[in-house]
Amino acid sequence: MEVTEQDINHLISLSSFSLGQAEKDALRRDLAGIFKYISKLDELDTSGVEPTYQVFEMKNVWRPDDIVTQDASREDLLALAKEECEHQIKVPKVL
Amino acid sequence: MKLANSTTTAVSLIKASLKRIEETNDWHIFTFVDKDAAIKKAEEIDAKIKKGEPVGRLAGVPYALKANFLSKHRPADASAKILTEFISPIDSTTAEKLEKEGAICVGCVNLDAFAHGSSTENSYYGPTKNSADRSRVAGGSSGGSAVAVALDCVQFATGSDTGGSIRQPASFNGVYGIKPTYGTISRYGVVAMASSLDVIGFFTKSASDLDLLMSITAGQDSKDQTTLPDFYGKDDTQLTKKCIGYVKEFMNSPALDPEIKSALESKLTSLHSMGYETVELSMPTLEYALAAYYIIQPAEVASNLSRYDGVRYGFRSGDLKATDNKTSIDLLFENTRSEGFMRENKRRIMIGNFVLSSGFYDAFFLKAAKARTLIINEFDKAFERVDAILSPVSPNPAFKLGEKVDDPVSMYLEDVMSVPVNLAGLPAVAFPAGKNKAGLPLGLQIIGPRRSDKNLIKITEELV
Repeated sequence: MEVTEQDINHLISLSSFSLGQAEKDALRRDLAGIFKYISKLDELDTSGVEPTYQVFEMKNVWRPDDIVTQDASREDLLALAKEECEHQIKVPKVL
Repeated sequence: MKLANSTTTAVSLIKASLKRIEETNDWHIFTFVDKDAAIKKAEEIDAKIKKGEPVGRLAGVPYALKANFLSKHRPADASAKILTEFISPIDSTTAEKLEKEGAICVGCVNLDAFAHGSSTENSYYGPTKNSADRSRVAGGSSGGSAVAVALDCVQFATGSDTGGSIRQPASFNGVYGIKPTYGTISRYGVVAMASSLDVIGFFTKSASDLDLLMSITAGQDSKDQTTLPDFYGKDDTQLTKKCIGYVKEFMNSPALDPEIKSALESKLTSLHSMGYETVELSMPTLEYALAAYYIIQPAEVASNLSRYDGVRYGFRSGDLKATDNKTSIDLLFENTRSEGFMRENKRRIMIGNFVLSSGFYDAFFLKAAKARTLIINEFDKAFERVDAILSPVSPNPAFKLGEKVDDPVSMYLEDVMSVPVNLAGLPAVAFPAGKNKAGLPLGLQIIGPRRSDKNLIKITEELV
């Protein structure tokens, strides 16, 4: 299966990456090989078969509307961010 | 695996473990050694024993956490650059249960970054080496866990298995590994890879140790809503058929190493003399399992890994030269993700976004989900006839470092005999089956119907 420059740029944008030409070319080659392999599924007749997304077909369970104490403290969590300012996580300009 | 009432002390066990970790430095197993905390906990346990206070079933037993398990105040970076500097603020349920029984974590062990790989070569810290031959791979993704147990650094190690990540490194290093039924052990606090496939399991040097660890960690957890009500040790599935199957298509595969094939045949003979009937099963759909897996797994990976953006934790790129059409925050996301993920992480995220994208969803993702149904049906049909299936774990023993790392499809083919189990949510136990002529360990796996975990351990115990 061919992977065009346009395809790879689209996937890079969907994935929130920004890649140089060399890495882009390498990934384009890799993905072409992988897409070729997974296209093997075309040989398999799946007409009339229901899809499986989850092996136990579990149903969503609603929790009672109680206040749950968090395992981690606010301080522990803020300490993980690269930059903090007035008990908030600091990020570069958004707009 | 028991300390209380013996003459050994917890401190001496931990010191021996720490010494062994130093001696095996060349294998590159540990990414973090928690020396002081381990000794401190050992002293506390010894004090309790001295006072005659009760200690847990794993009191003083040194163990290692695969570095994708969160454990309070320890790093949990999944061997990925994007999670460096991440210090866990919480305990995974598994670590919590083990610690409660007195087990002592001596450190965290290497894996392919985010568990993406079959060799531990995709680690940000570089590869872990095979326990029997340092020029060969440890297997993966739980390579560090397998080698830590094989070389006696610890008595057991945790692992996660999405497509073979416990069983393949176990077999490459001659130790036991269990991939439990999907939903048996809580995944709370373990870095998610592919949520409909991931399970937690263990590496040990005996089948009975697997049984002990399963009985401690299995069970429902309100923090992981995919956990099943505890069935372990209460299974109603019995070995009623006294019949074990083997898969014709695996045995006839040209990729299967002849020494692994003969190891399997000799175990079939043993089963026969143990009173089991052995039958050949034809399972033609399993040939498509790997293709389905390499659609479903990357799709789930792409979703799970979208959360890593450098904002709340982990690595953040400092390169934020604004351009005309991009805001600084976009650059922060893109540069952090591009610098923080390994090549293999990027491949999987991009495959996932491809198979889920508009115009390709039906042809790839939906098709794979339907193939998954056919694979499950094929196993269900097989288990009408047999109690369990004996199979190779991977087609070959440990390969050379560097041999497959630049060829993703040949690396993926490592998992061709292990992924069907994950797609169907089945339990499987990998166990050692001798060595080949070159001295490399060989491994096999025994696969059963859902919830037959304890039976599989029982058969393994009889068989090895």
